[in-house]
Amino acid sequence: MEIIVCIKQVPEAGDIGWDPDTGTLLREGASGVVNRHDKHAIEAALQLREAHGGTITALSMGPPQADEALREALSMGVDKAVLLSDRRCAGADTLATSYALSLAVKKIGRFDIILCGKETSDGMTAQVGPQLAEFLNTPQVTCATEISIRGHSVRITQKLEGGLRILETRFPALITVERQINQPRIPPMDSIMEAYRDREVQAWSLEDLGERGDHFGLKGSPTKTKRVYTKEVTRGMVTILQGEPDEVARDLIRALQQKGLC
Amino acid sequence: MMASSNTMARCGDIWVFIEHRDGNPARVSLELLGAGRRLADAINVDITAILIGESVSELAKELIYWGADTVIVADDPIAGAYSTEVYTRIIADQALKRMPEVLLIGATEIGRDLAPRIAARLNTGCTADCTELDIDEETGVLVATKPYFGRNLMADIICPLKRPQMVTVRPGVMELKDRYSDRRGELIYVDVDLREEDTRITVIDSIPSSYGGVPLEEADKVVCAGIGVGNREGFELIRELAELLGAQLGATSLPVDEEWISEDHKIGQTGKTIRPKLYIGCGVSGAIQHSAGMINSELVVAINNDPRAEIFQFADYGIIGDVNEIVPALIRQLKIAREAVGSDAAI
Ligand SMILES: Cc1cc2nc3c(=O)[nH]c(=O)nc-3n(C[C@H](O)[C@H](O)[C@H](O)COP(=O)(O)OP(=O)(O)OC[C@H]3O[C@@H](n4cnc5c(N)ncnc54)[C@H](O)[C@@H]3O)c2cc1C
Ligand SMILES: Nc1ncnc2c1ncn2[C@@H]1O[C@H](COP(=O)(O)O)[C@@H](O)[C@H]1O
Repeated sequence: MEIIVCIKQVPEAGDIGWDPDTGTLLREGASGVVNRHDKHAIEAALQLREAHGGTITALSMGPPQADEALREALSMGVDKAVLLSDRRCAGADTLATSYALSLAVKKIGRFDIILCGKETSDGMTAQVGPQLAEFLNTPQVTCATEISIRGHSVRITQKLEGGLRILETRFPALITVERQINQPRIPPMDSIMEAYRDREVQAWSLEDLGERGDHFGLKGSPTKTKRVYTKEVTRGMVTILQGEPDEVARDLIRALQQKGLC
Repeated sequence: MMASSNTMARCGDIWVFIEHRDGNPARVSLELLGAGRRLADAINVDITAILIGESVSELAKELIYWGADTVIVADDPIAGAYSTEVYTRIIADQALKRMPEVLLIGATEIGRDLAPRIAARLNTGCTADCTELDIDEETGVLVATKPYFGRNLMADIICPLKRPQMVTVRPGVMELKDRYSDRRGELIYVDVDLREEDTRITVIDSIPSSYGGVPLEEADKVVCAGIGVGNREGFELIRELAELLGAQLGATSLPVDEEWISEDHKIGQTGKTIRPKLYIGCGVSGAIQHSAGMINSELVVAINNDPRAEIFQFADYGIIGDVNEIVPALIRQLKIAREAVGSDAAI
């Protein structure tokens, strides 16, 4: 079975700036980690390989430093790692990102399953998975909490607000995973050392994909960030209730009763 | 079917995708019919609801009462249950034929499964999880506002060149407008000619969720537990308080991470957006990722032992103290107050 896992390096919470002109996140210099949901996607891939054999390729599009994220995937146990990195990809929205990823997938070649995280912690759109599926013309299942394989068909438990659905489809398919699907493994120290020292991350540019068009990055993105600003969440002054617990409890209940709230 | 010359002459309508289960519309779809009106008026177009399902003509009429001028109805047994591929095909085909200006979709799990796929098929932009919508007066372009990477950053996103301009909107952020049963509108039944092969995914089973009670987004009262409740026992106290008040139970992300309560109860940027009449935060710091989801609450009460906690910046009533002392006192006093009311409980 051929599995591709799409992973993204995201800034660590709180460590991020943005470009006031383009409104895009400034990734360079910010310390990065593998997006949390994507670790669950990697783990799901590893468990499928353990049960059914095959190879796993981790794929990421991002700046050169996203190499680290791929090394983390290698240390967890994926077989190959590919980084699509090109200045022309910078500032991509989800459409331009998933289009570029779709070209990289085609260059990787045949696949049975593509796994993505449900969403990223920076973009938080959950759009790249479905859009990648559309560009590759494969069925998609989002919000997966269980995946099992029999022959060439995949059975997936999908968690929606209204409840669960059990879905079945055949290879190839793209699946995005919820965090509750598994507990990602923590690689042992020697695997981490090995991933950094001895393993290879293939670095591709758009040139390597034979692409010269302007479907990429900021240029290829239909959405534009017009403005980024801070919004104050202050309201009126707070009334602090003081006294012994039972006194303040009585005061609060009285106040709520007056407003018809209790 | 030909698009009428009327729809070709002016810029396209504002479309709203109607999510429903067995003919019961998702509340967010109705919220969007209401929110769409202001946008439609600004660019002088109509609102079209797009409804897909099996035997949905009752709902189609209902949508007119909630604000649709036109309802495009695709009624077909194969479209009975939600299917990414079938729904994408129908909506993308209709959009190519009728060229809507804007397509609004609720940012539910289904909406977030469907919207990006349609956007990719139509090669247009889709802004995810918006909390405000506006029309730029100069350009007539839709401005979609969304919280941006944590903190209190907001971003205005536009899609100036491609149509339709697509956005998904969080449930609960737009106000539900009134229903008028005397509104009139047009129903357009479209022939979608579906076949079983149109979807490569088979639904083996569908298990409705066990989450009882009123959904958080619709609750009048919410009691919210933060990690400051300390442990599972502390958490159970909050549950008791919520039950006594007839409130729904919410949580910040940390109790959810601790698995004291399921993800369905998480409030905030990566959880639900609520707008209750009363919100009581117990051991909640008020971090922006959480408050983004509750800032529209009418009355905010905060119980926190740290007077510098952010939540006191936007609370109406604050109690500075230990939740494990204050909440039991509240439970005691509530019980006493209830007993005092006793015979005239009807009040
Ligand atoms: C990208 C991103 C998205 C996120 N999305 C969400 C989201 O959707 N929802 C969400 O909730 N969070 C979200 N978070 C996490 C968020 O940043 C905060 O970590 C979280 O909201 C804080 O939860 P808390 O208030 O329970 O905990 P804390 O911030 O740790 O606050 C606990 C509070 O309890 C008080 N306290 C402690 N002990 C007691 C006691 N005995 N009695 C009274 N008070 C006490 C403390 O003073 C403190 O103020 C997100 C984070 C990121 C990076
Ligand atoms: N630049 C990227 N490179 C590789 N995979 C990505 C990238 N961006 C997003 N993804 C994948 O798409 C999922 C959803 O991302 P998003 O649409 O940003 O919320 C992530 O969990 C990843 O699996």
